Amino acid sequence: MRWFWLDRFTEFTSGTRATAVKCVALSEEHLHDHWPFYPVMPNTLIAEGMAQAGGLLVSEFYRFSELVVLAKFSKCTFSGLARPGDVLTYRAVVDQAKDAGASVMVTAHVGERRQAEAEIFFARLDADSQDLPKGTRLFDPNHLYHWLKLVGVFDVGTRPDGTRLRPEDYGFPSLTFDL
Amino acid sequence: MATATKEEIFSKVQEALVDALGVEDEEVTPEATLQGDLDAESIDFLDIVFRLEKAFDIKIERGELFPEDILTSTDYVEEGRVNSAGIAKLRERMPFADLSKFERDPVVQKLGQQLTVRDMCNFVEHKLSAAA
Repeated sequence: MRWFWLDRFTEFTSGTRATAVKCVALSEEHLHDHWPFYPVMPNTLIAEGMAQAGGLLVSEFYRFSELVVLAKFSKCTFSGLARPGDVLTYRAVVDQAKDAGASVMVTAHVGERRQAEAEIFFARLDADSQDLPKGTRLFDPNHLYHWLKLVGVFDVGTRPDGTRLRPEDYGFPSLTFDL
Repeated sequence: MATATKEEIFSKVQEALVDALGVEDEEVTPEATLQGDLDAESIDFLDIVFRLEKAFDIKIERGELFPEDILTSTDYVEEGRVNSAGIAKLRERMPFADLSKFERDPVVQKLGQQLTVRDMCNFVEHKLSAAA
């Protein structure tokens, strides 16, 4: 299993908002492991998808160069179930951001129905902190770039003025293959 | 908001703490300590700061509410205890807090444990009066 809990971004506005989709498929093993004979997408994994949508938005705010970690869900509520064939749409909006961290409001919808909403708090860790081993990083830059490419951040990503986000602006290493 | 009464300040601080810490209204009394009674963890302080900024339309700089830079400085901390220069610095930076108890046993970790809801209300009042 790969820890990708959103399939693709359809909107990504730097420091502001992002929309991503996750297609729920019967072929996903976790649906069968949750409730036997009644496959649903576990709410915990919907929460993970919401955190990934918000987390990448916040990480971009810090230029993908800082240690950004999920600190807490200040609030999280669910209603209804997400079932095979459903498309979850995650909408993340940055509520507040400063050098130490950011709070993001994220909703998940199935069609018009609100499936979940959360207030998620991300902390930016100081890489020079005495509490962290020197050189600590969360992602290998190649892997991070791979992930961003897979979920289309640079296909739809823009700055608030409408100009496109480009991988080279973040110093990502060149990939030797096209994804 | 600069003319807020103490009751209005307490009410908004209480709301911020209830939302940030998932505690009940009645648990947030003026005497309650943030870390001891309300189980606030270090990561909660930034969440609380965000909520106070929004509720009172103020800006709170890093370290303003809780001066972690002093508590991690070798100039002010010796063998886990804040020295006299550090105490003086804390008094200067935290005029809103009652530090008398901390001063009797200035173990670094105890400062956060002794910070109360009343101290937080005083901090907001201090910020609002400075902005007025």
